[in-house]
Amino acid sequence: MAASDLSDTIIDIENLTREFTLYRRNGKKWRRTRDTLTAVDGMTFRIERGAAVGYIGANGAGKSTTIKMLTGILVPTSGSVRTCGLEPVRQRRRLASRIGVVFGQRSQLWWDLPLRESFSILAAIHRLDPDITRKRTYELVEQLEMAETLDTPVRQLSLGQRMRAEVAAALLHSPELVILDEPTIGLDVLSKQRLREFLRAERVDRGTTLLLTTHDMGDIERLCDRVLVVDHGSLVYDGSLPGLGATVGARRVLVVDLAEPTPDLLDLPCDAELLTSEGDGMRQRLAFDAEKTTAARLLAAVSDRAQVRDLSIEEPEIEDIVRRIYESAR
Amino acid sequence: MRGGAEGVEWLAVAMRARRTARVYQQLAVAGFRRQSQYKLAMFAGLFTNCVFGLVRAAVMVAAVRAAGDFGGYDEGSIGAYVWLSQALLGAMQFMGPPLELVDRVKNGDIAVDFLRPVDVQLSYLATDLGRAACTLIPRGIPSVVFGYLTFGLAMPHSPWPYLLGAISVLLAVALSFLSLFAVGLIGFWVVETRGIRVLYQICGTFLAGLFVPVHMFPEWLRTLAHATPFPSILQAPIDILSGRVLDSEAIGVVATQVVWVVLIGIAGRILLAAGRRRLEVQGG
Amino acid sequence: MAELPLVSTPAGTLLTPYIAVLRSRMRAQQSYRLSFASEVFSAFLIGLIEFAEVWVIFHTVKVLGGLDLDAALLLFGLSNTTFALAQVMVGHLDSLPTLIRLGTLDAFHLRPQPLLLQLITSDISLRRLARAAVAIAVLTLGLMRNDIDWGPAAVVLLAITLIGGILIFGGIFVCAAGLQFFLIDGAELTNSFTYGGSFAAMQPASVFPPPLKILFGFAIPVSFTAYLPTICLLGLPGPPLLPSWLAWWTPVATIWVWLLALCLWRIGTRHYQGGGG
Repeated sequence: MAASDLSDTIIDIENLTREFTLYRRNGKKWRRTRDTLTAVDGMTFRIERGAAVGYIGANGAGKSTTIKMLTGILVPTSGSVRTCGLEPVRQRRRLASRIGVVFGQRSQLWWDLPLRESFSILAAIHRLDPDITRKRTYELVEQLEMAETLDTPVRQLSLGQRMRAEVAAALLHSPELVILDEPTIGLDVLSKQRLREFLRAERVDRGTTLLLTTHDMGDIERLCDRVLVVDHGSLVYDGSLPGLGATVGARRVLVVDLAEPTPDLLDLPCDAELLTSEGDGMRQRLAFDAEKTTAARLLAAVSDRAQVRDLSIEEPEIEDIVRRIYESAR
Repeated sequence: MRGGAEGVEWLAVAMRARRTARVYQQLAVAGFRRQSQYKLAMFAGLFTNCVFGLVRAAVMVAAVRAAGDFGGYDEGSIGAYVWLSQALLGAMQFMGPPLELVDRVKNGDIAVDFLRPVDVQLSYLATDLGRAACTLIPRGIPSVVFGYLTFGLAMPHSPWPYLLGAISVLLAVALSFLSLFAVGLIGFWVVETRGIRVLYQICGTFLAGLFVPVHMFPEWLRTLAHATPFPSILQAPIDILSGRVLDSEAIGVVATQVVWVVLIGIAGRILLAAGRRRLEVQGG
Repeated sequence: MAELPLVSTPAGTLLTPYIAVLRSRMRAQQSYRLSFASEVFSAFLIGLIEFAEVWVIFHTVKVLGGLDLDAALLLFGLSNTTFALAQVMVGHLDSLPTLIRLGTLDAFHLRPQPLLLQLITSDISLRRLARAAVAIAVLTLGLMRNDIDWGPAAVVLLAITLIGGILIFGGIFVCAAGLQFFLIDGAELTNSFTYGGSFAAMQPASVFPPPLKILFGFAIPVSFTAYLPTICLLGLPGPPLLPSWLAWWTPVATIWVWLLALCLWRIGTRHYQGGGG
C-alpha cells in the first residue's frame, strides 16, 4: 500500500448530490411526467480512521443512497466522495478489499451452502492467505459464538445467527472500514447486545472505522461517539449524541403505575410535564428533559405524592428526534 | 303453498348463480386489466413472435415447395398455419404455468385461496381467460397481419370458420390453462417443479403442433399426440380458423376439445383436493 | 493503540475466486441427488424432442434447402452442441433481473472482481450437459454418415466451429443480459435473438429470404455455428449471401459478437450505477 493510502481520513464527502428521475403517470394513459427526486442533497462530512459514527434519519431520507455512493454501487450526480482515499466507482475493485459492508435486508452469503463454505469462498474471493484466514475465522467464530452454526445451511439460520454470520463475512478480510446498514433490525435483545459488543471490540483491537445506519437508539448510544442526522437528503446534525439530545430537547418519558387512582400529577418540578393519565389516574406518563433532570429525581418527586407500584422509561424515537431537528433547523 | 315455497327456492338458486357469474366476470376483467399493464412486454412478445414466425415461415414454405405432398398444405395454408400458431402462442402461454400459482403453492400462500368463497380452479381460470383475451389484441391479431404482409397466408372468406374458431380458441385457452394448473399443482408434492415445467413446455409445444403440424407426424407419433390434450390446444383452433377442417369435421374437433377440457378439469380438481388435504395435514 | 489491518500478498492466482465459486455451485447442484437426476433426465428428453422436430420435417421432405437428412444431422448437431454448452456456462445470465431485485448485484460490487466475470462464474448448469450429450451424439452420427473429406482442414474447421459457436452463443447471452438493465421484463424481447437465434441456427439458411439471411448471418451471426460449417464440410457451394468459404471467418463473427456484448454490458452497468438503484 502506498504511503498516501494510510491517510487518516477514511470517508471524505463534499457537496455530494444524487438525483433520480422519476416517471409518473399523471392520470392520462400515454403521457408521463418527469419528476426529479433529490435523494442526497449537497452533503458534506469527513470521518477519520477509528471513528464510530451513527447515521440516522427517517426512512427514505437518503441513507442507503449515500452508502451506495460510498461503496461504488451508485455514481453521484455531483460533488465528490472518497472512501479510504479511493474513488468508489472508478476504483471499485481496489476499494472492495478495504471495506466490508453489511446490508441488513440482503444477504451476501450463499443461501444453500453451509456457513463454513461461505467463509471459505469469501476467503478465496479476497485471495486471503490460508493461515491468516484460519486464524481470522477462528477468531470471528469465537467472538460471535457461531461454532454450532458453521455446518448449517445459511437459509436455515435464525435471523440473529444470520446477522452475526453476515458481520463475520464482512469482516473476514479485516477491512479498514465497516459499513452496517440496519444490522440489528429484527434482532432480540441478547443478539443485539452480542453484536454491539463485538463491533466495539473490533474497533478497539484493530482500529476499524465503523459507519452504522440504524433506527435503534440503543445502537447509537452503545457504539457511536458521533451522530450524523440526515433528513430529506441533507445533513441536519453532525456532532455527539448528548449534544443531539440537547439540541433537540427530545424528552424521555417516565411511565408510572400507581397503587391507587390518583388525580393528575401536575406542577411537577424541573419542567416535567404530564402527557396522559389512564385508568383513572392509575397509569400516568410524564415527559421530562434529560438535560434538566434525571428519571430518579422525577421518580422521587412522584413518590412524594403517590405510591408507585411499577415504572418504565421510554426513550425518544429517532423519527421524533429527526422531526424536531428538522423543525428547529428551518 | 308448496308451489310458492319451491318458487322461492328457485329464485334463491337463480340469484346465487347470477352472483357467482358476476364474480367470475369480475375476475376475468381483473385478469384482462392486469395484463394490459404489461404493454412493453406484450410488444416484446409480438416482436419475438414475428422473428420466430419469419424463420418458421421461410422453412415451411421451402418445405412445401420441395416436397411433393406436405400433408396437403400449400404455400397459402402453411402460411396460415405458421402465423396463426405464432398468434395464439401468447394466449396459450405454454412458456410456463402461472408462476404466481407455482409460487403460492411453494410457499403455502395457496392456503389463503382455499379460504375464499370462490372455487379455486374456476377463479384462476376466469382470471386467465381475461389475461388471454388481452393478449389477442396486441399480440395475436398483429401477428397474423404481419404474416399476411410479409409471407402471405390464405384465410377463409366465409364467417363460419371464424365463429366456430372463436369458440375453439376459447376452449383451447381454457384447456391450456387447466393443463398448466394441473402441472403447477404438482408443487404440492415435489419441491422443485422447474424441471417438470420445462419438460411440459417442450413436450407440449411439440405435440401441440407448434413446430410441425400434427398431421405431418408419422403414424405412431400422431397416435401418441392424440392421446394427449396438446393437439386440442393449438392444432385444433388453427385448423378451424384456417379453414382446413370444415362443417362436421370441425364440429368433431371442437367436441374433442370439450372432452379434453372436462377430463383435464376433473383431473385438476382431484389434484387440488389432494393437495389441499396434504396442506391441511402438513400445516402449510 | 489500534493495530493497522494485516496486509498480505494475495494468495492463489487470479482464477482462484472464480474457481471457488464454480466449484461450490457444482457441489450444491449435485447434492440434491433426486432433483438433479430428474433435471438431467428432462434435459435429455428435451434434447431428443428438439431433434425430433428436425427429423419429422426431413422425414417428409427428403431434401430441404439443399440438405438431406444426413446433412441435417450435422446442422442440428453443431448448432445444438454449441448452444447447449453455452447454456451450461452462461445460461443462468437470464436471471439477472432477479439478482438485481434481490440485491445480489450490489453484493457483487463489493467484491474485488469485475462484475461480468462474477456474473458468468456465479453459476453453472450441469444438467444442461444432458442436452449437449444428445446433440454430440447426433453430431457424431452426422460426421460418420456424411461423405466428408477428412484432412487437417476439416479438423481445424470443426474445432473453430465448435469453439467459435460456443463463444458466439455465449456472447449473445451476454448481450441479452446487458439489455436487461434497460428493459423491464426484458427477457421477452431478448428471447427473440437468444432462443430465436438458436432456432434459426438449426435451419438451413439457404431457405431464408435475404433480410433474414443478413439478420441471422451477419447481425446475429448464428449461421456461423452450424449452417456455414455444414456446407463447407460437405463441399456444397452455398447460397448467394452465405458462401461456404465464410465458415472460416467464424473467429471474426465471434469477435463481433463479443464487442457488441461488452459494449452493451458496459452501457448497462453504467445505467445501473448512474440512473438506477
